[in-house]
Amino acid sequence: MKTKIMKRTVSALLASAMPVVAFAADKPDSLKIGMTAFLTGPASVFGVPARDAAEIMIENINAKGGINGVPIEINFIDEGAGAEALTSEYRRMVQSGGAEVMLASISSGNCQTIAPLAEDLQVPNLMWDCGTQRIFEENDYKYVFRTQANATPEMLATVAYLLKTKPDFKTIAVVNQDYAWGRDSWDIFSTALKAMKPDVEVVAEFFPKFGSPDFSTEISRLQALQPDVILSTSWGGDLDTFVQQASQRGLLNTSTFVLPLAESSLERLGAALTDGHIVGARGDHYFLHPERRNDEDFQAFMKQYEEKTGDVSVYPVFHASQAIAALTGAYEKAIADNSVDWPSEDQLLAALEGLTFQGLGRPVTLREDNQGVEDQLIGTSVQTGEYPFATLENIMIFDGDQLTTPVGEISIEWVKTLDAGFVDAISFDQFDN
Amino acid sequence: MSTRTDQPDTTAGKTSPEKGASPMKSALSLLWIIGIAAVVAVPFVAPSLKLLFTFAMAKGLGVLGVTVLLRAGQVSFGHALYFGIAAYAGAFLMTAMPSTDFLIVLLAGVAGATLASIFVGLFVVRYRGIFFGMLNLAFSMIFWSILEKFYHYTGGADGIRLERPTVFGSALNFNDFGMILYYVLVALMVGLGWYTMRWFNSPVGNLFQTIKTNETRLEYLGVSPKRALLSGYVLSAALCGVGGVMMGMAQGVVTPEYVWWVRSAEMVFIAVLGGAGSVQGAFLGALIYEAVRTYASVYAGDVWQMILGGFLLIIILFAPGGLIGILESLFKRKSDKKGGGK
Amino acid sequence: MNLAIFLLALFDGVAYAALVFIVALGLTLIFGVMRILNVAHGSLYAIGAYATVSLTGYVLALGFAPVLAFPLMIVSAVLVGIAIGGPLEYFLLRRIYDKSEVLQLLVTFAVFMILEDVQRLVWGTQPYFDSSALQVLGNVSVFGVTYTAYQLILLPLIAVVLLLGMRFFLRRTVTGKLITATTEDREAAQSIGIDADKVFLFTFVIGAVLAGLGGALASPTTSILPGMGADMIVLSFAVVATAGLGQIEGAALTALMIGLGRSFAVYLYPEISVLVPYLIMVLVLLVRPEGLFGSPAARKI
Repeated sequence: MKTKIMKRTVSALLASAMPVVAFAADKPDSLKIGMTAFLTGPASVFGVPARDAAEIMIENINAKGGINGVPIEINFIDEGAGAEALTSEYRRMVQSGGAEVMLASISSGNCQTIAPLAEDLQVPNLMWDCGTQRIFEENDYKYVFRTQANATPEMLATVAYLLKTKPDFKTIAVVNQDYAWGRDSWDIFSTALKAMKPDVEVVAEFFPKFGSPDFSTEISRLQALQPDVILSTSWGGDLDTFVQQASQRGLLNTSTFVLPLAESSLERLGAALTDGHIVGARGDHYFLHPERRNDEDFQAFMKQYEEKTGDVSVYPVFHASQAIAALTGAYEKAIADNSVDWPSEDQLLAALEGLTFQGLGRPVTLREDNQGVEDQLIGTSVQTGEYPFATLENIMIFDGDQLTTPVGEISIEWVKTLDAGFVDAISFDQFDN
Repeated sequence: MSTRTDQPDTTAGKTSPEKGASPMKSALSLLWIIGIAAVVAVPFVAPSLKLLFTFAMAKGLGVLGVTVLLRAGQVSFGHALYFGIAAYAGAFLMTAMPSTDFLIVLLAGVAGATLASIFVGLFVVRYRGIFFGMLNLAFSMIFWSILEKFYHYTGGADGIRLERPTVFGSALNFNDFGMILYYVLVALMVGLGWYTMRWFNSPVGNLFQTIKTNETRLEYLGVSPKRALLSGYVLSAALCGVGGVMMGMAQGVVTPEYVWWVRSAEMVFIAVLGGAGSVQGAFLGALIYEAVRTYASVYAGDVWQMILGGFLLIIILFAPGGLIGILESLFKRKSDKKGGGK
Repeated sequence: MNLAIFLLALFDGVAYAALVFIVALGLTLIFGVMRILNVAHGSLYAIGAYATVSLTGYVLALGFAPVLAFPLMIVSAVLVGIAIGGPLEYFLLRRIYDKSEVLQLLVTFAVFMILEDVQRLVWGTQPYFDSSALQVLGNVSVFGVTYTAYQLILLPLIAVVLLLGMRFFLRRTVTGKLITATTEDREAAQSIGIDADKVFLFTFVIGAVLAGLGGALASPTTSILPGMGADMIVLSFAVVATAGLGQIEGAALTALMIGLGRSFAVYLYPEISVLVPYLIMVLVLLVRPEGLFGSPAARKI
């Protein structure tokens, strides 16, 4: 570290000695960024793919000469090591590690911790994956941006898809993980359902503990209750276990499952996820994205990723691509707008305001409250035999604008004001597969 | 099943400083003074380490609480409960009354932990050994479940924010508040550390420590061992509470992870690492632990648990007196040499 | 609550209790004989599950019949016991029998931390799922609710067999009597020529095999992923402490109480189901401080 500072000082001195080039010496040797992700613990099912993807994408960018000739250097922080290790490492990276931009984080709790910290440290922070809708509804931030949607559009898209494809269902049950995401997502989902289809009856609400190894009892009860629809916003091992156990006991044949995060489990669930269940992806994320799958860059990346990891891409890969697209987009825009070699922090922040960028999905735009507006892809599971796991058919991609809570409003209050007409008015594109 | 005969207990490294030769004692005291001076200088000499030291001192206060119980031969696998209760008490207070003073938040946190410990303590002081440890674990896990269940009030797994309190009426910025926290922690570390050592030598403290060696004798003396244990239990919980509420203010957020059983085990881990029963060991252990954990998770992200586990194994197997034991034996050797030269 | 629902809750509770008991059995056996509360038991459980999934996946990929999954469970469990449990006792625990309870517990905690990373290095972070064994046995229908025969019949059956088998082994066989004698009084046992070291090693391996077996039996029903051991260990601690340390029948009864308590909670008031094990533990210890079947320890002056 010291030698680098020395080097920089020396080069700065040299530069100042030569008055002609004095203003051009600002460009750093590399753009250092930090990214937090779960590399350990249950949520590493998201963190590890995201890290792998970020490494590939940054390699690709650097191979093309980086941003205006400056290569990107990324370091990762493990969110699984606990909140203290996370915050102290985050501060260290920013204060003495020279990180110019941070990408944090997967866990909503960590986003809540880091957002005020980023403000205090005055470091631009791109929230690349966490789902909580509260961040920008409860506070104003100057340095914090979200390069993806949040729980509200994700749940509203699911409700809209359900009401469009299965308008006559009468009863619903929910099995969510017992932590903030499971509770918040059900709050939004059930509020929306009550507003748009008040005659639906909620027959059971289960919140088994996070990381529960067994859902047998819940499944027995669900079999006795026979609800038309079963919602679960669970993910990772919890979702796999629940769907596998339900599949073994035939519950998938009697109820329609609505699984807003199942895109990330498709490959692991294999044959267990039968035809006709609703699958979401926390945005327009799908390795066979109907609008993008024929694009060259998309195909090239998917191939690279599969070669490196042996798996197909899941939504955290897309989220990572969006954050990195926002990063490079903002730097390029700031450089162009100000005609400089390298932007100052204020110029960078100005470029991030209202920025539109495109990762592996459709373009995303940052709103005035720094929330990203992202379109939502939902589909129905089908076992075609082409892959050893379920893929999607009857895909709808919903327009993110209409689904995202208007600036300055609180999600739950806003969702309460919606009605049955909302579903009819919503714009979307439909694809067979 | 019979109890195994008590073997000479290696965790009792703490008796040696009192008994040790005076040159060694003064050399060690000098070392502690230098150590404290170094801690005081950290924000100016090595500002990048400030945060690490802040967390280490806050955690060290919690470990000090566990250390107190170790003196009575009791291990709690649920003391993160008091760490967490204090932090949540502070956070709730800040939410209910924004811009409360720093000192009031601290007191509220400690009061929360103390009250809870009287309530739980009345129940658990009837038990010893593994049962004592497990019951504490059970209470901490019940509280953990409550934090997760009543998420409308507690924020669930996301926790709640603990906004920056004012300090004597003035709102400070991030860096100034960090400085205040740091030096308050140094003062708390020195003050409470000194108080705890004094307490060990007080009559109540002596009765409390007799629980470890011979509890039945206490009863013959006409002293209720339960009351003696309760007094130490409440002290230990209050110390954990101080650590917890300071940690909450340093982090700016409080999550149920504060109460999770691995946290409790971690505190016992640190206490043994530093030198079970040693006040200085609690803080030294916390510092080493935080450092290993932070740097290991950066430079060896995949194996940081393995490194910590290996570290602990080596300490227990080869240096059962903990880090303090190593330090003391180093000094003893030196002072022995000096003595031999005369 | 009608009879049908009562019976359904009963079935669910028994199936769950069976698995908890098998894991707790190993833990309580080790504690009873060696006085060590083995935190690494949770890791052995997880590794048993991982090993089963890997082995089954490998063997079935070779084209063998899925019914082979059952013997492979036993193979994995024994492997865990011998390859991990054995060296653990021989190289590590043997050195700390003279240390205090706390240090012993922390040693196993350290082993637990190390094994957590070992699992991640070997098996990665993605969850595994292999239900071949469960599919072999098919489903059973009761009151219109479908159960898997594996969970409803096989698991409880294995639990009962293990309970009876362990009782018989400890009371009727020579090896079992040697173990019991060493448990009662180690010095006296050694003085009459029992090799206590060997007994401890044997006991620990058996305990580790039971942990591995628990994992192996759980593997077809659940996702195998990092962190699964940590959850199991807290639950089996609760069972062992509530039962009275070293009490095998007590562990069976407690596992049943916790299993039933949990499933009835899911039917009646799902929000408290996660609290059930701890509530039972606190309530039992409130009334019986030494656990359900424990007896007060002799006190020395």
